[in-house]
Amino acid sequence: MSETFEVKDCALIAISTGEYAQTLRELREKVLTAPPTSIYYHFWGGLLRPRFDDPEFQNDFAIWASHSLHDKALAERLALIDPSDYPDIENLRLEVLDTLEERLDESERLSLVTADHRFYFVRSQIVVFDTSRRLTAPEELVSAIPSLSSGSIFYHVIDARRRLPENKDDFTIWISSFGPDYQELVDRIAEVDPYFTNLIELREELSTVFMDFFRPTRG
Amino acid sequence: MNRLDQYASIVGEDVIDQLRLLAAQLKGLKVVHVNSTREGGGVAEILSWLVPLKQELGIDASWEVINGTPQFYQCTKYMHNALQGNHIDIRESLLKEYERINELNAETLRSKLEEADVVFIHDPQPAGMFAFCPGRRGKWIWRCHIDLSRPYRPIWKFLRDRVKSYDASIWSLSEFAQPLPHPLYLVPPSIDPLSAKNVEIDSKELIHAYDRFGLDRRRPIITQVSRFDRFKDPQGVVRAYRLVKSFLPIQLVLAGGGASDDPEGEEVLAQVRAIAGDDHDIHIIVLPADAHREINAIQRISDIVLQKSTREGFGLTVTEAMWKGKPVIGGDTGGIRLQVINHHTGFLVTSPEGAALRIRYLLKHRGHLEELGAKAHQFVLENFLITRHLREYLTLMLAVLSDNQDRIEVS
Repeated sequence: MSETFEVKDCALIAISTGEYAQTLRELREKVLTAPPTSIYYHFWGGLLRPRFDDPEFQNDFAIWASHSLHDKALAERLALIDPSDYPDIENLRLEVLDTLEERLDESERLSLVTADHRFYFVRSQIVVFDTSRRLTAPEELVSAIPSLSSGSIFYHVIDARRRLPENKDDFTIWISSFGPDYQELVDRIAEVDPYFTNLIELREELSTVFMDFFRPTRG
Repeated sequence: MNRLDQYASIVGEDVIDQLRLLAAQLKGLKVVHVNSTREGGGVAEILSWLVPLKQELGIDASWEVINGTPQFYQCTKYMHNALQGNHIDIRESLLKEYERINELNAETLRSKLEEADVVFIHDPQPAGMFAFCPGRRGKWIWRCHIDLSRPYRPIWKFLRDRVKSYDASIWSLSEFAQPLPHPLYLVPPSIDPLSAKNVEIDSKELIHAYDRFGLDRRRPIITQVSRFDRFKDPQGVVRAYRLVKSFLPIQLVLAGGGASDDPEGEEVLAQVRAIAGDDHDIHIIVLPADAHREINAIQRISDIVLQKSTREGFGLTVTEAMWKGKPVIGGDTGGIRLQVINHHTGFLVTSPEGAALRIRYLLKHRGHLEELGAKAHQFVLENFLITRHLREYLTLMLAVLSDNQDRIEVS
């Protein structure tokens, strides 16, 4: 029998690591040694902190390469790194390092360019708390999702991938436990890209998926 | 209806529910905030809403203000300027006065501070009290509201010796944070959308504001609201105005008040008056510290708001203007950079000429001006209202009380 779904919520708090970079070479050195929570924060933290939604670049490294280093080619390459493609932070870190080193190999001059503004390395702490809300059947997600806070969406969709060995979101794992009848729903959730969006849009996308699946006309 | 429910109509029920859940973990906690002035300046404004909201959430929060002497405030004003980068050596006698006042205030507040679960000390003025409360049992957090990105080192070293033993510190931006042997939390400040300074105002009251301040309704108004402080560059604003004035019939408003801990304001105000001369389209409006509704009206009747600071902590006047749907032309410094996004919510400039150019551009392209203003409002709604700020204070209290693990699960 499937378990009830415990709706949790979370809040992130940012902490300065005290480290910064002002050239591409410095960035590479600092990425090499930054704490894992810092790499995580610069890819995912933007979802839960004050930041203008950059229409072009979703992670902090790409934004810095574009706006402060004025290296559009590097910014585009960094922007293409989707953290949800990597099984863990260390693999994600290696991809960032590869991208930075590839750019440094292309031109010695690039290592000498000083950015307009420094890149400051930030890490985060996450506080997770129970909302006391419980769901017993997947159908309840139709009414539950629109009222979830952005912290809940972050916890169950983004944080879950880091927290669980399956690298999947909490909704998918819970719904899968109800058997093959819900495979189509699981597949539809998998099509929702959690990266190139913000949490409010992500909530709307998930809400649409559940509403469509559980429409009264079904079955 | 209580205060939190009123915010729900602006930010959404889910945001308020989240605050209640977080605060449930902190119910009954004794929390004390200490700063140096009850009125005037951004810190007092933040505390005037933060403390009552914490109380409403069941936290036993209170706000204490230290008392100082003119010499003490002279010292802390020098300290403030030195921490923002001015090379100012403070006389030994003034530094001794700083210590003496901190010791005296610690004596008065000692039992309350030592019994508290969490103590927030705001800015340098009361920072020295830590050493005079040896029986403290809670966590002490130093909240720095100043741009400390390039401090004058001898003065920073003096202050660092007084804050390094705190359990944590809070900074508005990562570029301000100085290395200290404890967690350096990053929390940008915020505004209260229901306060007299930001609440909606009806058109009748706005029309009255034109008349009261002698402004012409038919011509554009460019405004800078801030204390009369060198780092706010009021002279640069007058220069930008003059560069535009030869092309467009604009009016300039420089509105601000003093704060009881700022003895330098009068001097700067006199200089600005001298530069303005007998130009009747420059309106220097000096208001008392509690003239929030007047400031609100002035911001709302302005076409464009300037904040041409050369150093800025965060720039709450920028946030206020953006909340009212005004594009902001701001100095490329400090917290202004976090709020003013070039071509999206306003423009960042580095000179009076740059400011003049952007004023002319926006007044010529009214559609773009409106578009930037709408984006500015939305950006503040999502990021810089007190509900976000309150959430971060609650989160960091939980984090500090949980001995700073990366992941904290509370039941």
